[in-house]
Amino acid sequence: MAADNSVLLGLVEEFVSGQVDSKAAETSTGVKNGQFTILQLVEALGVSLSSSQPQTRGRGVQLLSQVLQECYSSLSEREVEVLLAFYENRLKDHYVIIPHVLQGLKALTKCSVLPPGSAVSVLKSIFQDIHVQSLMLAERSCVYNILISLMESKEEELKGLGADFIFGFVQSVDGERDPRNLLLAFQVARNIIQRGYDLGKFVEELFEVMSCYFPIDFSPPPSDPRGITQEELVLSLRAVLTGTSQFAEFLLPLIIEKLDSDIQSAKVDSLQTLAACGLTYSHKELAEFLPGLWSSIRREVSQTASERVESAGLSALSALVSCLSRSVLNSDSEDVLQVFLSLVLKDCQHHLCEPDLKLVWPSAKLLQAAAGASYRASLIVSAAIIPALLEQYNNRTQCAHRRTLLEVLQGFVQPTALSRPADGEDSVLVAFQQSLCGVVFSALTESSAGLQVTATRVLSALGQQPGLMAQTDVEKAVDHLSRLILEEDDPKLSSAVVECSGSLAHLHPKAFISRLIPRLKEEILSGQSDAAVRQRCVTALASVSSLPSVVQESAPVLLQVLASAHTGSCGFSVEEVAAVCISLQKIAEHARDSEEIGRFFHDIIIPHLLGLCLQAALQTRDAGHSSPLTDKAVLSAVVPVMSTACAALRSESASRMAAQAVSLFLDGDVSFLPENAFPSKIQLLQSQAESGGLSQLVCLLMACVCSLPRSVEIPEIDRLLLQLEDLSCTCTHLFSFTSAAKCFAGLVNKRPAGEALDAVLERVMKRISVELENTSSAQRTQAFTLLLWLFALLSDPALGSQAADGFGVLMSDCLDVLNRGCHADVRIMYRQRFFAENSTKLVQGFNSAEQEKKSCYLKALSHIVSNLPRQVQLTELPALLPLLLEALSCADQAVQLSTLSCLQPVLLEPPEALRNQLEALFSRLLALTTSPAMKVRIASLQCVHALSRLPEHTVLPFRARVLKALAVPLDDKKRLVRKEAVAARAEWFLLGSPGGR
Amino acid sequence: MSGGTRLENANPLIFQRSGERLLTATDEDEDVADPIDDREIFDILSKSINDPEHPLSLEELNVVEQMRVNVNDRESMVSVEFTPTIPHCSMATLIGLSIKVKLLRSLPDRFKVSLVSSQTHLINKQLADKERVAAALENSQLLEVVNQCLSTRTM
Repeated sequence: MAADNSVLLGLVEEFVSGQVDSKAAETSTGVKNGQFTILQLVEALGVSLSSSQPQTRGRGVQLLSQVLQECYSSLSEREVEVLLAFYENRLKDHYVIIPHVLQGLKALTKCSVLPPGSAVSVLKSIFQDIHVQSLMLAERSCVYNILISLMESKEEELKGLGADFIFGFVQSVDGERDPRNLLLAFQVARNIIQRGYDLGKFVEELFEVMSCYFPIDFSPPPSDPRGITQEELVLSLRAVLTGTSQFAEFLLPLIIEKLDSDIQSAKVDSLQTLAACGLTYSHKELAEFLPGLWSSIRREVSQTASERVESAGLSALSALVSCLSRSVLNSDSEDVLQVFLSLVLKDCQHHLCEPDLKLVWPSAKLLQAAAGASYRASLIVSAAIIPALLEQYNNRTQCAHRRTLLEVLQGFVQPTALSRPADGEDSVLVAFQQSLCGVVFSALTESSAGLQVTATRVLSALGQQPGLMAQTDVEKAVDHLSRLILEEDDPKLSSAVVECSGSLAHLHPKAFISRLIPRLKEEILSGQSDAAVRQRCVTALASVSSLPSVVQESAPVLLQVLASAHTGSCGFSVEEVAAVCISLQKIAEHARDSEEIGRFFHDIIIPHLLGLCLQAALQTRDAGHSSPLTDKAVLSAVVPVMSTACAALRSESASRMAAQAVSLFLDGDVSFLPENAFPSKIQLLQSQAESGGLSQLVCLLMACVCSLPRSVEIPEIDRLLLQLEDLSCTCTHLFSFTSAAKCFAGLVNKRPAGEALDAVLERVMKRISVELENTSSAQRTQAFTLLLWLFALLSDPALGSQAADGFGVLMSDCLDVLNRGCHADVRIMYRQRFFAENSTKLVQGFNSAEQEKKSCYLKALSHIVSNLPRQVQLTELPALLPLLLEALSCADQAVQLSTLSCLQPVLLEPPEALRNQLEALFSRLLALTTSPAMKVRIASLQCVHALSRLPEHTVLPFRARVLKALAVPLDDKKRLVRKEAVAARAEWFLLGSPGGR
Repeated sequence: MSGGTRLENANPLIFQRSGERLLTATDEDEDVADPIDDREIFDILSKSINDPEHPLSLEELNVVEQMRVNVNDRESMVSVEFTPTIPHCSMATLIGLSIKVKLLRSLPDRFKVSLVSSQTHLINKQLADKERVAAALENSQLLEVVNQCLSTRTM
């Protein structure tokens, strides 16, 4: 014990007189270990604490405070009481000691065992003895932290202090300038307000001391280590200002005043603060200021050039209205909501009667924001606006006017989340149901496409709401839609019609089944209409088919189209047949959500499709008659139909599908196909089938089995793999062997890791390295092994370029087989890993390669980099930049293009490393703006454009040079190039010029 | 734009915008040369110049119309006629100057630009005078306003 004491005395001595700072840590470790107690420490410090030298006293207090910061949690209540009394007393001491005293107090107030009454006495002494704003930054922060800790632990006691506490806080905060401390001060103020402290007569003082920061304008220093943002400050101040309705009488005039500001961020902040007020205030606080607030909001929304101000203004208005809607009506007072809305209506309504003037839109948006705030508000606004709009519509004759009116109307028809009628309430539009439908139907028969497009949107909005369209109206609407599909060829209009049909069909399937589908079917199969009409019909069929009942009607129609294309009766072109398949695929996508659709595809559509394709292939082989269904483009379109449908199959039907497909392809078992008229033993996986007729059907096998869930067991997988391997290596037909290889890869990908898989891979690798037939057979799983021979190839002049493209295959998601949609096993981040494993080898290879082979390496590299996620690109770029710049000056246009396309997004947020390379970058980019390839010219101009957004001081030196160089492509022979040049040059002119950027 | 100030014309007529120019097959063809035409110049003017008073393009305010833009690529001539939003609009000179500057920045050197306002003769004379245009752009305050008109809209 005595020994400990002398150790302690030694430590204290060294710290206080020897000025050795590290001894504090040793002392606190000692206290924590129980080697000494706090009492012993205080005794040991005795001499220094009572020294007459302020520096020595300061040193003593500093040691004690530092130890307390480490060990405050182990103190007993009695110890805390004594220490607090000591520290409170020290607050009156010499100014050099104060910082250490505050540190100690901060540590003590974090104790869980604060004795009763201590919080009050600590605060009283702080407020009495210290002038907070004359302290240094760190000490001020201590004071705020003491307040925060005491508010956490001793809320009751502080509330007992009453308004004195508020006054003390106001005094200590007044004049604070540091953003870090402001965040703390805002937090204290927010606690005061939200936890119900009594503000007493200091409401205005507290408001003044906080509101002097509003609106906050803060730009952090360039290398800000603390990371405080303007956003953070704005939000915490807003929480204080809008936290209590007691501030209303001061805050609302302030907001009105700040809305007059010229600074856009101040306007936005004011409007957003006003919107936040709407949540806490009631109509009483708002009432007096409503006219002023309204005229400010109206002015901002109708005059502003900025969408941010506009949307902030609209949400502020909406918040005000929804606040007023919450107010409870008294029998004697007038309805504030009604009064306010009539003011809004008075100011805005007449603008809606002038559909060709500018203010029609701001006014409409204001009214819509007000109407969207609550159900009651939407009732009031709709009652006034909708009849007026309908009347206007009927009085106007110009299509442009009618269109504007209808677009305005559309905004009122669509209810928002807040104004949606509750259960048992009718839609606000019920009263106008008839006339609304009438207007929409008349608009659908107009000759202007724009008007018709708007009409279809209103129609969908009406259809979404229950009770707004009677059965007869729905039928009428469907008739209109079918007519538009058949007759109108404007692309915008037809896509709007198709979209509208899709959304209505989801709610009213019967009308579509009985009216639209038969009509379209007749049109498609009549053989008299032209291709564009048929195409629209097919697209429309796909879009209405989202419910099983509709699918059962529409999908067979599409199958029939395929069948008649096969027989050649209606003269369908290959493109049309492919388009039909795309539509079928769209329908198949719904199988994911509805098991019934999946089953329908499994039972009917897929067997029919397989049967059709097989028939077509057999006919071509035997009779030489070529059906569109043997065309590669069509088959590639059939594949996604099947794979999408199969990917959605549930387990039982999935295994049945697998079994059927495998037995068909391995053994020629055709029993599950419809119209069983096939020869019995057909060999589908034999490469002898020259001209690829039968062998290319392997892509359908891929579609069926590769997209099934991984849990599904594929029967006879070993025999299947062997046959596929044979086919992909021996067949000479490009489409067949690629499909076989893809199918092989898809199956291998789904196999669990283990010996069987290893054996298969080994066998394949052996064979591939002998034959080097094609690169895509070895996909992701084999990536690493494949790489070895890809590397060998890069230095082979003939195959080098093809091998580089192989990297592209590896890095991009394959659409057919290996993607998540087909349940493939895609390991996360494999791109990043692949990149990490290989980029260095590529760079090495590049450096050691001879001049003419370098381009292959560059090509491979640019393939890899452009497929990397952006985050990775940014971190890896510094290392690769020299190579990419090299790639820009490489003669191969494909390399240039892929490098430019990977540079362009990076240039929008350029990493630091780029700054040093600007000279090289500019000279290469500017040289490429006169490249012979149009795409390279366009891409390089886009890059030059992006560079104008770099910090001004870095790019300003290049301005004159860029402007001069860009004058050349202004006279380019291609318009698309000129367009980019004009845009880029305009930005560069603005750079560094007054009023520019 | 200051919140409190009154605008000279607060509620102007708005005209419909023409859609994007449709891409044709020849636009993508490397070998075909596309001459600079009326529509191209009109697109440059209408989409990228804003009226100083409104966040609206010159097309929406009908200050420029495609039929009043004439381009002859072979003879390197461009003539543009513009109409200020209201008669004797004090902004007319500024709009004219912005159009002139935009054309100077976007056209190859070989073109000769003639710019005519349909209303006042005085502006026409000012804009035709090369020296005066150059002198105006030396004035940094004027250049600032012109650049603001030419800045792409910031949201």
